[in-house]
Formats: sequence, C-alpha cells, structure tokens
Amino acid sequence: MEQVRLTTRDYSLFYGEFRALNRISLSIPANRITAFIGPSGCGKSTLLRSFNRMNELIPGVRTEGTVLLDEGDIFREDVVNLRKRVGMVFQRPNPFPKTIYDNVTYGPRVHGMKNRSKLAAIAEESLTRAALWDEVKDQLHKSAMALSGGQQQRLCIARAIAVSPEVILMDEPASALDPVATIKIEELMNSLKEKYTIVIVTHNMQQAARVSDFTAFLLTDENRAGNMVEFGPTNRIFTSPSDRRTEDYITGRFG
Amino acid sequence: MPHGRSTVKNRVENTMKTVLMISALSSVAIVFLIGFFTLKESIPAFRGIGPLNMLTEKVWRPGQDSYGILAMIAGSGLVTLGSVLIGVPLALGCAVFLAEVAPKWMAEIVRPSVELLAGIPSVVYGLFGMVVLVPLVRGIEVPGNTGFGLLSASVVLAVMILPTIASVAESALRSVPRSYYNGSLALGATRWETIWRVNIPAARSGILSAVVLGLGRALGETIAMIMVIGNSVIMPKALTGNPLSIFLSRARTLTGNIAVEISYATGVHESALFATGVVLFLLIMIVNTSARGLLKASIEGGRRK
Ligand SMILES: Nc1ncnc2c1ncn2[C@@H]1O[C@H](COP(=O)(O)OP(=O)(O)OP(=O)(O)O)[C@@H](O)[C@H]1O
Ligand SMILES: [Mg+2]
Repeated sequence: MEQVRLTTRDYSLFYGEFRALNRISLSIPANRITAFIGPSGCGKSTLLRSFNRMNELIPGVRTEGTVLLDEGDIFREDVVNLRKRVGMVFQRPNPFPKTIYDNVTYGPRVHGMKNRSKLAAIAEESLTRAALWDEVKDQLHKSAMALSGGQQQRLCIARAIAVSPEVILMDEPASALDPVATIKIEELMNSLKEKYTIVIVTHNMQQAARVSDFTAFLLTDENRAGNMVEFGPTNRIFTSPSDRRTEDYITGRFG
Repeated sequence: MPHGRSTVKNRVENTMKTVLMISALSSVAIVFLIGFFTLKESIPAFRGIGPLNMLTEKVWRPGQDSYGILAMIAGSGLVTLGSVLIGVPLALGCAVFLAEVAPKWMAEIVRPSVELLAGIPSVVYGLFGMVVLVPLVRGIEVPGNTGFGLLSASVVLAVMILPTIASVAESALRSVPRSYYNGSLALGATRWETIWRVNIPAARSGILSAVVLGLGRALGETIAMIMVIGNSVIMPKALTGNPLSIFLSRARTLTGNIAVEISYATGVHESALFATGVVLFLLIMIVNTSARGLLKASIEGGRRK
C-alpha cells in the first residue's frame, strides 16, 4: 500500500455556472511522481491548481467535495500555510526580476526568516537540489533574467523547494523549453521524488511514460466537464489500460 | 495609367514628409530660440554680477544692485521638496490602489477624478490655497506665521503633481507581468507582501521616473506659488526652535521672481530676471533628462523580462 499524500473525493469545480471538473476522486501517493494527462481543456491545470487553492484567485470559482492533504481538509487550512506545504512551478518560467539569490530566498524571507547565514544555506541547498548550483554559484547576485529558459525554470523549482514543501505541483514545466533543458528537468524530477511528492501536468505522452509513477487520464464529457477516466500505475495505464478511451488517447487515436 | 498615378502618389508622399519634418523641426527650433534669447538677455547680468555671485548671494535688492538668487533657489528647492514629501506618498498610494487593489468599477470612478485634477488651471489651485489652506495654516500658532508660505505652497503643489505621478506610476505597476504576482502567491506570500516585495520593486524605475516628472512640474509651477507662498525675498528660515517650522516661513520661487518683477524691470534688473530663467531652465533640463534616462532604463529593463 502506498502512503497517500493528496486525496480528492467527489471534487467538482465550477467557473461561474460552467462545471470544469466533475466529481473527481483520486489518491495521489506520497514521494511519487503523478502525471495528469488528457486533451486540451479537460481540466488538468484546473485540477492541479486545486491542490494549492490557486483557483481562488479567479473570480466566480466555486467548488464541491473534498480535497485532503495528509488527511487534513485543505479548505480549512490557512491558505498561506497550505501554499508553503504545496509549492508550484508554472508553465512559463517566472523568476522575479531580482537576483538569483533573492529569488531563491524570497519564500523563506516572506515567511519571516532573517538570519543571513541560514538564508545562504537554504539558497545553496535548494539550488543544489534543483541541479543549478554549479551553474550559478559564481553569479548569485546577478539578475535571474539573464539565465536561459531552462535555468530559469530550475531556479523556479529551487525557489519552490526553498520553503520546504511536501508537494510540488508542475504545470507543463518543460513545454517552453528545448529538448536538452527538458531532459534536465525530467532528471531533476526523478531525484526530487525522494523528498517530495510531485504532481505534473503534461501533454507529452512520452514524458508522462518516462517520468511518472502514476498517471491520471482526464477527459471531457458531453457537457465539456472534465472527468477522470482512469487512474493507476503509469506502467499499467500505458500497457494495458482498462478503459477504451484511455487506450485511444494514448495510442494517439484522438485528442 | 498606373505610372502617372504612382508619380502623383509619390508627390503626395514627399509633400507629407516635408510638412511633417517642418513641424518637427520647428518645435526644435523654438526650444533653441527660447534658450538662445533667454541666454542672450541674461548675459549682461552674468557679466556684471558674475554667475557664481548670483548663485551664492542671498540678497536680492534690485534698487541697490544686489542680485543674489540663492534665496529663490532655496525657496524653489524647499517647496519642491515639501510637495514631493506630501505628494509622492499620496500619489503612490493612489497608483497602488488603482493598479492592484480597487475593484474595476471603483477604479473607473477614481481614475478619471485623479485625471481631472490635472485639468484644473493653476490659478484655481492658487485660489483654493488662498481661501482654504492659508487660513488653516495661519491657525498654527507660531509667531511670524501668516499662513502664506512654504507649507501652504507645498500642499497646493503636492495636489498639482499628484495626477502626473499617480498615472505614470499606475501604468508602471500595471505593466508588471501577472506571472510574478501568481508566482509570489504560490510561495505562500500574501497579496500585500507580493505588492510590496514584488510588484513595486519590479515597477521601480517607472515609479522613479514618475516622481522625477512630478519634480519637473513642481519646479516650473508659477502662478499658484505666487498666490500662496508669500513672495518675500528672504532666505527661508525656521520660525521657532523646531527646524520643521522653516516650512511656515514665507519664500519666493525662481518662477515667481520672474513673473512678479518682469513687468517693471529694466537694465541689469531685467537681465538678472532672464538669468533667473536660465537657472530655472537648467534645473528643469537636468530633472527631465534624468527622467528620460530612467524611463529608458525601465523600458529596457522591461524588455529583458
Ligand atoms: N479562468 C477561467 N475562467 C473560466 N473558464 C476557465 C478558466 N480557466 C479554464 N477554464 C475552462 O475550464 C476548462 C479546463 O481548463 P484547464 O485550463 O484546466 O484545461 P487543461 O486541461 O489544463 O488544458 P490545456 O491542456 O490546454 O492546458 C476549459 O474548458 C477552460 O475553458
Ligand atoms: Mg493547462
């Protein structure tokens, strides 16, 4: 039995009147990489953003059902605290227009840490974990904007790691990057799952097959609402899916 | 006949080009002409009195051939400082409110009202200052305080520069990409922490240039200053032991000096007023050039994003 980190039960999300997610129930195992796959518009990003409540920034969003982080109801948790525990990496690298060092230490500082040597230690540790330290250790006080796209994305991962989250959500983290940078991010994810639970949205089937341990396949129904068709170990989903629609999607017959 | 048509077209095009060029060049020419004549008229004063003498001498007494403008430089400097101290926080508060906080409908009421402030003629601000502010300031019980002076003038000027600063700073804040905001919130920062630590620093150079633009405007303001600042040609000084009471002192600005005296000045006196204009011109030029530099830096900074 896997230890479960995130759970949704009969979870639905509405943008105004429009039901974007329809009664999703799934359990995301701890210290594994779980991939959300499915055609465009099926609600992968929406589901991902549910786990750190970023959807709440969009006016008119309403939810039903339950989302648990380690048994705790995330809607009862203080949102600042929740986002400390559940970090996020966006599709486009979005470092702040600050120095590399100020980017990595931003989270800890916001959460009240002032001790310089501790901050420096966190910066080094996070950048090392994000496989960026060797490339930037001599230019920590240069602007993060001068880094390449792939480096910027790893910096954003380091920035998320710096607040010691339990979960890292990644929404197509490599889609804006070239193949070499993509491989780097994938390798990085593999090394990170020891310590973190990773949930990733991807359009790239090979990527899902390569990096993830578990896969959830989402699809829209006739009302354009996102439903979860199938969830299971990536191996099984890709070799012997139990649902016809999953097989069609994976083999590229639609979507 | 396609050939003929295209020559007609070319001729129109060329004429347009010439017309546009003439209008562009004429504004350049006007600036140079004004600069040239001001400078030329001021030469007798600079020759007779000496530029250094004018700039460092405190006494301005045309009847006795004393033409020091230091007191007016101090007056302009202090009233500008005062207006920046009062106006900049107000304007920035306004900009942050409009860009980040206000719901859309409220911003749509507040923004035009702020912009309307820019359309009120100076003389009306002066009237408002005389009728409302001066009596209020007079209520501060300090010997020698007449209500007319740097404080009243600073408040009037603060309101006058507010719309410029607020609208330039607001657009600087608006041009900060949303992805920074989301990135910060996703790290567990609150909305205020994000505005303070991410948005404002990201808009920093735009905000700075907004302030400098306001400064330029403040230095050039004339009529409203004449109406409320008291116009005494004295070095502003504290009225009590408290150094802040310097703002209750009467003063005169460089602009006011010219406007008040030019109608009856002759000879060296007249030339000295032109010299005052040259000093003012230089001050504003320095301010505007640095504003343009900052703006350029902020645009280039934006491109790098
Ligand atoms: N802010 C929003 N307001 C209203 N509807 C939205 C909003 N964001 C997404 N939607 C709708 O919700 C549905 C799911 O969108 P979502 O972005 O989660 O899909 P996705 O699976 O991530 O798609 P993609 O693969 O293209 O990124 C879509 O129908 C979309 O139009
Ligand atoms: Mg998406």
